[in-house]
Amino acid sequence: MKQPVEAWETDFDHTHPDYAARAPEIWDELRATCPVAHSDRFGGVWLPTRHADVAQIAHDTEHFSSEGVIVTDWKPENLAPMGYAPPITSDPPFHAIARRLLLPAFSPREIARWEPSARESARQLLDEMLAKVGDGGDVVDAATEYAQHIPVRVIADMLGVPREDGDIFRGIIHRILETPGEGVGIEGIPDEDRLDTYLTAAIEDHQAHPKDDLIGYLLEARLEGEPLTVDHIFGTIALILIAGIDTTWSAIGASLWHLAQTPADRRRLVDDPDVLPFAVEEFLRFYAPVTMARIVADEVEVGGTTLGRRDWVLLPFPAANRDPAAFEHADAFVIDRAKNRHLAFGVGIHRCIGSNLARMELNVAVDEWMKRVPDFELADTDPAAVTWSAGQVRGPRTLPVRILKTNATSDGGH
Amino acid sequence: MKIVLDLSKCQGHGRCYSLAPELFESDAEGNSVLLVDGDVPADLVDAAVLAADNCPEFAIEIER
Ligand code: HEM
Ligand code: SF4
Repeated sequence: MKQPVEAWETDFDHTHPDYAARAPEIWDELRATCPVAHSDRFGGVWLPTRHADVAQIAHDTEHFSSEGVIVTDWKPENLAPMGYAPPITSDPPFHAIARRLLLPAFSPREIARWEPSARESARQLLDEMLAKVGDGGDVVDAATEYAQHIPVRVIADMLGVPREDGDIFRGIIHRILETPGEGVGIEGIPDEDRLDTYLTAAIEDHQAHPKDDLIGYLLEARLEGEPLTVDHIFGTIALILIAGIDTTWSAIGASLWHLAQTPADRRRLVDDPDVLPFAVEEFLRFYAPVTMARIVADEVEVGGTTLGRRDWVLLPFPAANRDPAAFEHADAFVIDRAKNRHLAFGVGIHRCIGSNLARMELNVAVDEWMKRVPDFELADTDPAAVTWSAGQVRGPRTLPVRILKTNATSDGGH
Repeated sequence: MKIVLDLSKCQGHGRCYSLAPELFESDAEGNSVLLVDGDVPADLVDAAVLAADNCPEFAIEIER
């Protein structure tokens, strides 16, 4: 059990179930009363909630190191500039080298290649989900029967491994996230459940039968004329699995949670499909799933408060996204918001490498859902029936919804 | 009206070339390339403003 939080200004805990349940309210309260809050938990951690302060920290790689990006009792030390999962844990100048290696594989043109298979997978999931229910009045779990599987299947396609292996990596990711800092190879895990065993076989298969996918790309890539080491390839794939799956699942789930409660926005998406790209950005602003962290490299002032060397600082991009100083009607979800400089994918040199991919997946997931299921609602009007994950990735982990209307095929809508 | 793109600020969020593909495109790494030199044609002024208003890095400025 977590220690109860005495006051969010002085004793906050982002891993507490109360934070999971009502984080947006907590950010709004703190922004008004104590914009750079502190807690002694985790060896000392700060929580800025203003857009300007979050952006300042993300842009200042001199005073803030990415050596640690997940706040835990264990604090990485002497790992800079590369860190344990480059480029996300890397600082300049090494960061740019590790990042540029990946960027071409995630460019908009490359990502567009994966859209048809993402669409096919969303349709197949909807078929399977709806096959189990009759028309009208039936309940499905949109988080575990739909949202959760889309990013797993897309990443399997991109890596060039069978989609059915999705469950294997979901298990691996959860184990890694639940024992942070221990890395990929953990003692006592049966061989067939380990990421290194799995990837070794996948890499051998790619070496024997070269393929035009992400593993094929990493095998061909050269750093200063040399092929990547096996450790580098494993580390990169592990980062993509960890950074790309729960994040996107959370974004899709939160978007469907919103639509389940907002008939006007459902109707707008059905009547005016051109609004979808704007809706996607507003989902990302309002329900941004990812909070990052930094370690203070050198004493520095943020928003009038002095942060000490080696303190943790959380970077709650979702809190920045709800700051009224940066957004008009920040507390309202505006489906066609025209001015939306949200920070869901971060800001500065660590801007999410998967942002084009995540946007494509969110677009496809909402579009295909709305074409097949234009009308639905929360199965239980009690907000506590939906559990949100605690910690630095926030999204609904279960999402029971009642299907009110379906179209026979995904082309039936419009 | 002119567009000024500050590539030292651009981090490849890709909002500009998604919203205004007539004015911006992506390079191989996802950073922005400005496609117009000089005045923006009148029918693309709204698109230019939309791109500037959605760049999280404030890398795009509109000069009137
Ligand atoms: C909605 C889904 C996603 C959200 C909200 C998200 C959010 C973020 C954020 C906020 C950062 C910045 C980290 C920092 O400042 O320290 C980041 C970095 C990163 N993300 Fe994502 N992400 C998502 C999906 C993905 C996907 C699908 C992938 C890849 C398959 C991915 C790969 C990465 C990588 C490799 C980095 C590190 C970039 C660097 O340090 O240069 N992300 N992400
Ligand atoms: S929106 Fe801004 S940061 Fe993104 S590519 Fe365009 S100019 Fe660069």
